[in-house]
Amino acid sequence: MRVVLVDAGGGNIGSVRYALQRLGVEPVLASDADTIRAADRVILPGVSTAATVMGRLRELGLVETLRGLRQPLLGVCVGMQLLFEHSEEDDTPCLGLLPGRVRRLQAGEGVRVPHMGWNRLRLLREDALLAGFADGDHAYFVHSYAADVAADCIAGTVHGREFAAAVRRGNVMGAQFHPERSAAAGARLLANFLQMDPS
Amino acid sequence: MLARRIIPCLDVRDGRVVKGVRFRDHVDMGDIVELALRYRDEGADELVFYDISATPQGRSVDRSWVERVSARLDIPFCVAGGIRDVETARGVLHAGADKISINSPALERPALIGELAEAFGVQCVVVGIDSIREPDGEWRVRTHTGDPDRMRAPRVRTLDWVVEAQRLGAGEIVLNCMDSDGVRRGYDIEQLRAVRAQCTVPLVASGGAGEPGHFEAVFREADVDGALAASVFHGGKVRIPGLKRFLRERGVEVRND
Repeated sequence: MRVVLVDAGGGNIGSVRYALQRLGVEPVLASDADTIRAADRVILPGVSTAATVMGRLRELGLVETLRGLRQPLLGVCVGMQLLFEHSEEDDTPCLGLLPGRVRRLQAGEGVRVPHMGWNRLRLLREDALLAGFADGDHAYFVHSYAADVAADCIAGTVHGREFAAAVRRGNVMGAQFHPERSAAAGARLLANFLQMDPS
Repeated sequence: MLARRIIPCLDVRDGRVVKGVRFRDHVDMGDIVELALRYRDEGADELVFYDISATPQGRSVDRSWVERVSARLDIPFCVAGGIRDVETARGVLHAGADKISINSPALERPALIGELAEAFGVQCVVVGIDSIREPDGEWRVRTHTGDPDRMRAPRVRTLDWVVEAQRLGAGEIVLNCMDSDGVRRGYDIEQLRAVRAQCTVPLVASGGAGEPGHFEAVFREADVDGALAASVFHGGKVRIPGLKRFLRERGVEVRND
């Protein structure tokens, strides 16, 4: 299986690569359209900001490539936020593969931003990406922006408000948390992504 | 609900974990990856690696061990010590660290915080603060605390620095309370509460843990997001599985393993 990690300058690309290696898969780091189109699985990792990563994808000419993919695509953290139409972070138009907008988390009494640490997943519907997960499983989050819970949301998490922790529409998937740093739960999500039948 | 984090801190020198005896004679404790994985298996939520050879000697972090840790570890980790510019930080983050922590260099040149936040996002930028109560009753910061001969006392109030560091782009604050550090009589609740009141980003308590009840107290009374400790974990005085069970039974939200 050819697994491609889209190299758009995300700081966590090395950690995601190691996580895949721990599952016995050697991913290809790529920033060119042909390699990405030829993959069986595509992962878009992302640390830093929506504007930075979108800008980089535009420079590399990858926006239409990602929009046109038919194989399973997994966005991680900022990579997941980019799947939506728009991010409030620097007022950034995103890939628009999923309907919805990404908004800033609000700090409040007992609610700190960035949302940093292990939080519980609330499973919203059954999905192969979350096979083996139980309601209340913990995953590791680090972010200040998040997408609202909407039709494509398969798991939510509460920090102040509830937001999308994992999403799926057909072959477009995302995890707001970091599977590469979420211990056994994270490895499970990545293994599910690699093993699932494309829809 | 966000779990309260339990964070062991490991001192690293030349790629090995060491334990300091009165700041000077360091005892080798073992291979960094082996110890990291042992703490992960026991239920640590995050690890901090403090490169103790870096700041006092004016060196920056050796990145090879960061990569070795990242390849094997599947929980987040932070690297502290010797990071004083964006390029060094980039190297450490690209080697796989999730966060970098800066202390003395941030006080020497506060703009560094903003530069790091701009380059990598605030979520990567931890500001560590060593704080002590001075005779006039004010808490003030100390720098270069790794070496008693080089420790300095800039006239900066801890609470002012906490506010300023957040304004500049700190995504997390680790407050090390020097008066309670190493004494094992509990975290400095009074100071941590005062800092908590000024802190809208995550706050991690450091210094003073001696028994499970100290962790419960600091989470309940100072509302910190994480509690960092070193010697009680390394010496086996507090074991993480038992600590988490203790906290869970008392209604403190901790991560399930």
